[in-house]
Amino acid sequence: MKNIRRWGPGLLLVSPSIILITIFVYGLIGWNVKVSLSNWRQAQPTSHYSGIGAYQDLNHDAAFRQSLAHLLVFTIVFALGTLIIGWTLALLLDKGVKGEGFFRAVFLFPMAISFIAAGIVWRWLMNPAPGNRATGLNVIFDKLGLHALANQWYLDSNPVIGGIRSWGMAAMAMPAIWALSGYVMALYLAGFRGVPEELREAARMDGASELRVYRHVVFPHLKPVTLAALIIIGHISIKIFDLMVAIGGKQGFNTQTPAVYMWIQIYDRSDFAKGAAIATLLLLLISVLVIPYLIYTVRSERRS
Amino acid sequence: MSDETMKHREVRIPRAVKRGAVLLGLVVLSLAVALSITGCGSKKKNSSATTSAAGKCQLQVFSWWTGGGEAAGLAKLITDWNTTSSLGGGSPACQFKNETVAGGAGSNAKAVLAQRLVAKKPPDSFQGHAGKELLDYIKAGQIEPINFIYKAGGFENAMAPQLIKQITYKGNLYSVPVNIHRANILWFNPKVLKAAGITIAAGAPLTWDQFISDLNAIKSKQPNVTPLSLGEAWTQKNLLETVIIGVVGPDGWASLFTKSGDWSSAGVTTALDRFKTLLTYTNSDASSLTWQDAGKLVVDGKAAFNLMGDWQEGYFGGKKSAGNLGMKSGVDYSWTAMADNNGVFDWLSDSFTLPKGAPHRDAAVKWLTFLGSLKAQDTFNPVKGSIPARTDANAALYDTYLKWSLKQWKTDKLACSLAHGCIASNAWNADVDTALGQFMQSKDVAAFQKALAAAAKKNA
Repeated sequence: MKNIRRWGPGLLLVSPSIILITIFVYGLIGWNVKVSLSNWRQAQPTSHYSGIGAYQDLNHDAAFRQSLAHLLVFTIVFALGTLIIGWTLALLLDKGVKGEGFFRAVFLFPMAISFIAAGIVWRWLMNPAPGNRATGLNVIFDKLGLHALANQWYLDSNPVIGGIRSWGMAAMAMPAIWALSGYVMALYLAGFRGVPEELREAARMDGASELRVYRHVVFPHLKPVTLAALIIIGHISIKIFDLMVAIGGKQGFNTQTPAVYMWIQIYDRSDFAKGAAIATLLLLLISVLVIPYLIYTVRSERRS
Repeated sequence: MSDETMKHREVRIPRAVKRGAVLLGLVVLSLAVALSITGCGSKKKNSSATTSAAGKCQLQVFSWWTGGGEAAGLAKLITDWNTTSSLGGGSPACQFKNETVAGGAGSNAKAVLAQRLVAKKPPDSFQGHAGKELLDYIKAGQIEPINFIYKAGGFENAMAPQLIKQITYKGNLYSVPVNIHRANILWFNPKVLKAAGITIAAGAPLTWDQFISDLNAIKSKQPNVTPLSLGEAWTQKNLLETVIIGVVGPDGWASLFTKSGDWSSAGVTTALDRFKTLLTYTNSDASSLTWQDAGKLVVDGKAAFNLMGDWQEGYFGGKKSAGNLGMKSGVDYSWTAMADNNGVFDWLSDSFTLPKGAPHRDAAVKWLTFLGSLKAQDTFNPVKGSIPARTDANAALYDTYLKWSLKQWKTDKLACSLAHGCIASNAWNADVDTALGQFMQSKDVAAFQKALAAAAKKNA
């Protein structure tokens, strides 16, 4: 208490945030876990503890497993797409180009558009109507003579590999990639620019070509950036809901992710415990992604 | 080291800054507290404003009637309500506040309604399908029994006994049915059929084999025409139920939804195989089409058949100015009962309820009494494309299709619809939706049947 003058004011300043986060984030997470362990499986609220029944139900639930498969396909295509496109755009901008500010802004703008608005436009573009009823991208492909490219987009339910469905989820990754590659580009641009010019100069003086300078000097510095980008893209992907509902509709099974399935369990099925169980599982999934990263960041900061 | 040296080494925060930080912290804290209090307070003020101010009564009616004949019929009822002095037009006036949420079969509306009911902010009346769909609301104590409205309006004498029986729960009635719809009608384009050498008279019986051979004829002779147009998930469920009814019959259908129902039976397997066969004749982009889109394909000549409830009649034949297609019955479109469904009336009924805690209960009671009256039902139904729940309708007001439907209602056996909340609760329907969604992906009949049986076991 002697040094309260030192840390008192700081604590007072931060205390509203601490209180609000404790109640509305951690308190509600705790309540959610409590609901998932209760017997609230119908429209009337009840709150008796009933064990892990909801989790066991999910274990046997083929539809939930299917939504996880959808999520896997979506996440992989989404992550690879944004990383590759973001990285390429950052590479192109790194050299410095006239109007770089303009290009940066243009590439970053899609991130500011809500997934609902973007989803509706992409739904028009990805309209799966075939043949003479085609609109959107399909009709553009037809007019250009690229008939083979016209396809069912988000309604394609063919499995990608083995039993994991579906190609439709790979198509759903397109609007997401469009929205977020600008953000990944910004991350990589900062990464590129973070490489000290002296290192590049030194490499050039040693006779390395520009390509080699990039390969051996710049790219190794990008590992932490790639990791950060993967974490962020991964956690956005796990939570994805509004894009799926905007394009495939709530009842569209081919584009159903765990978050959409959770919504259906709570509002249509009135199975609140099961919905809460799905929410808890999603939280665990994201924690698996984020917590090791946080530990790694803290450790590397301590080292430096 | 002494304390003095320590003090000199560390950065000393000037007193002014310390005071400033304390002040800032206090200001932020009090702002946060003040905002949360006023947030709660202003909500209370708003709700009392809508209820207590004299003469500012607004009858909030919640429905999903946003398209085609439904919206047109509702508009007529609203005009009647607002202009009749004994209803909403008198003084104090209680004008109609139309609160609709779009989305066929109320798929979105039910979610919005659920939130309002849990938040104890119900509308004055809400649309619900008569039957098991209301069970959730009844069990949660969210709607009032309205036997007294039936007595005052003399409804029990005016409505079909099967209907009253279906909507009575533990001796109480909970909603006023406005109409009867039939969900197993096959709509078709006579010109498209003629070009493939097929003629079907309006309302003529159609067997399954005939239907399949017709679909094959379309497929071979008119390759640019979709034989059977299909829409999004709930329309697929609608198609599924008519196929099952066609195999197991109305009594078998009813028994499937009891505790002893056998979803693993051979009859259901046959039905699911038939459903799978039908899907090969449908358009690949079904899940992206609404029921109106799928229906319009038939009228436009891009599809031959479409299975839909008879609200399709309101959309096909209704006035263009109201957003309908303005087509001629018998010329641009025609209908018959779904294959193997002749003599079975797959029925559903739109009805209105009295929520507990309705903000304007007196107006709501008047609304429900009005809805059950002959005048309201004969105003609404011809436009909506349905037949009245009352049996004393003036048949002259109804068009060709509805005259036929009125006749069938008197003689057909009744099957309570699944897709429209008559025969099964919302929870059971949600499980069927999930099973159907998986089937549309995998086309695995055995897994589908297992999932349906599991849903029945869970919900019966």
